[in-house]
Parts: sequence; C-alpha cells; structure tokens
Amino acid sequence: MASSATSSVSSNAAAVLGALLEARTGQQLASYRSWRLDTALIPLLRERGLDTLDQLVALLLSGRDPGIGDRIVDALVNGESSFFRDSAVFDQLVEAVAEHEAAGHRVRLWSAGCATGQEPLSLAMIFAERQADQGAAMPEIVASDVSEQALARARAGRFTQFEIQRGLPIRRMMRWFEGDGGDWQARPDLVRLIQFRRQNLVADRAPPGRFDLILCRNVLIYLSPATKARVFETLAQALRPGGTLVLGAGETVIGHSDAFEPCRRFRGFYRRVGGEEKLAAA
Amino acid sequence: MKTCLVVDDSKVIRKVARHILETLAFEVREACDGREALDACRVAVPDVVLLDWNMPVMSGMDFLRALRDADLPSRPKVVFCTTENGMAYIRAAIEAGADEYVMKPFDRETLESKLQIVGLA
Repeated sequence: MASSATSSVSSNAAAVLGALLEARTGQQLASYRSWRLDTALIPLLRERGLDTLDQLVALLLSGRDPGIGDRIVDALVNGESSFFRDSAVFDQLVEAVAEHEAAGHRVRLWSAGCATGQEPLSLAMIFAERQADQGAAMPEIVASDVSEQALARARAGRFTQFEIQRGLPIRRMMRWFEGDGGDWQARPDLVRLIQFRRQNLVADRAPPGRFDLILCRNVLIYLSPATKARVFETLAQALRPGGTLVLGAGETVIGHSDAFEPCRRFRGFYRRVGGEEKLAAA
Repeated sequence: MKTCLVVDDSKVIRKVARHILETLAFEVREACDGREALDACRVAVPDVVLLDWNMPVMSGMDFLRALRDADLPSRPKVVFCTTENGMAYIRAAIEAGADEYVMKPFDRETLESKLQIVGLA
C-alpha cells in the first residue's frame, strides 16, 4: 500500500515521462505543464503500490509491466473538455455544414482529439435536434482520441455532476440525459450517432474516407512545430478539397501548412485548398 | 455593471457565490429568502437571480412564480442553485420560468458556464 505516494519529480523521471508522452502522442511536456506530473500520476502510483515517480519510471523501463506505458500516457494527456466549448463555434458549424450539404452528399464530420466525448456529443445533439425540427439529414460523426481510457468514457456517455454542468444548457440536458446515481447518462440513441475509434494523430492514418469538416481544437497547442506540420498533412489528406478545418481559439495553420486558407465567413475555420489530384487518385 | 441577486438562507453559500460573482464582474446583492428577494426585485430588478430552492418564509419556487407574475420593468434571468438535483425538480423549475439550473455543490467554472449560457458572462 502506497499511502505515502508523493509528487516528487526528479529531472530524470520528468525527462523519461516527457519522452514517453512525446513519442506516443507528439505532445510536449513543456515546463508550464510539468505540474501535471505532480497530480496526474498519483492515482497510478497508488494503484501500482509505488511511492515516487522514479519508481514508476524504473517499472516502465524494466519492461515487467507491459501496460504501464499506455496507462502513463492516458494519465498525462490533457482530457480537459466541456460541452459546446466556445459555443459560437457551433453556430458557425451548423452554417458550414449546410454549405457542404449543398453539394448533395451526406456530410461527414471528424472530431479529432475528442477526449471524453463532450465535443462529438455536442455535435450529435445539435444535428439530431436539427433533424427532428427541420427534417435535415444527420451528418456522419466520427470521433477519435489517442487515449483508450478517455474513449471508453466517451463511449459510455456518462458524466459526473460537475462535467455535465460545463457548457451544457439545462434544456439539452433534460432532453438527452438521464440522472443515474449522481451521474448523468447520455441516451443510447444519442451515443449511437457517433463512431468512436482510437487514433493517434501523430502516428496513425486518418479514419477512412474523406471528411467535409474536421474539428481539431486545443490539440495542436501541445505539439512541436514539426509535429504540427505532420498533423496538418494528415488532416489535409483526410479533408475533401474545399473541406473545412476548425481549430481552437489561439490556434492557427499560418506558418505550419499551406494546405489551408482562413475562411472569410467563420473565425477559426480554415478551408482546404488544392488536393484535387489526391482525391482523384484516392 | 451586471447585477446578481443571490437568494439563499445559507450565509456560507451567499459568501461563496458573492466571491465568485465579483470575480466575474457582477455587482452582488443578497437576500435570505424569497420574500426578501421579491422586495429587492421591486426596488431594483437585477440582471440575474441565483436562487436556492428550500428556504424559510418563501421558497425559491414560490418566489419564482411570484416574480414571473409581478409587473416589473424588466424580466430578470433566474438560475436555480440547489441541492434538489433530481430531474423532476429540474423540470418543474424550468416549467415555472427558470432559465438555468445549477446543481450544488458548484464551483466557479460551473457558475461561469451557466451565466454564459444565459448570456451574462
């Protein structure tokens, strides 16, 4: 029993854990995030009966616990999320989807880096409501994350009282969730509108097929410039020509990729330019 | 400056809510029950009322019904803030004219999020 598990972070432990995180996800453990080591790994230390991060690193390097690397990465990736984050984005999104629908096909959306599922569930709610109210087609929604633990929570559609109150209007909560033992459970028919899959933006191919719109918000801020450029390439290949990329506030393609140009109508939205040849060959 | 009337019979809750709301640039007034709150609204209508459910003299629900029936110069937003966290309570509050609902315990992020939803943060 490691009741005395502490948050002592030696420079060696920080270096090894930072290297593991970057190798698996491309995320950098910049100095402003090093505090996360202190808090994020304590539950894992306790679970494994360890007292210090140095002991955790020794276990990782020994190879005696094959799953420990995944568990460390799961604990370190930033799972901060909320429903309808930057709510104005969702109003613009509905308009952007309507523009893509004018091309006459079923629109495909990809929530890349979906963490515990609040973003794709927000998408599912607005488009399911649009379908019910206006008879509009339901877009296909694919959601991915590098963390299997986060994805398991997303697939479960279950949220604590604190999580459910972040950004979710009460009327939508009443419509789409049910109280269950202090937590709130999304209706199965809402969760079923989303295809969840594990995907590492840095190392894996994009989900199959081309997308009309990709949301990749508050993911790239943790990546090095070279890794960002690689991820933009993956996103560009996954988008149809003329497709839309939505980044988080404070994120930009400028200086990292020439495959996108800012949308004039929507702030934080970027249009895929070029790429017709690749689509023809796909 | 936006104004918020905090209605709660708990001095501790009023103090915590006041602290959070002042960091969100609200001018805060306080009332201990629904009757006091109704009197305060007749003097000056706040932008938003943060409203407990169970209070002596006049409950939050009775206050809400009286507020929505009152002839006031403007319609304040009402955000329930209560330990009554069941769906039946939430539904009753919304049907009676509440705009949002905070389930206690709450923190700064929750309150800020709900005030953003009603267009005040």
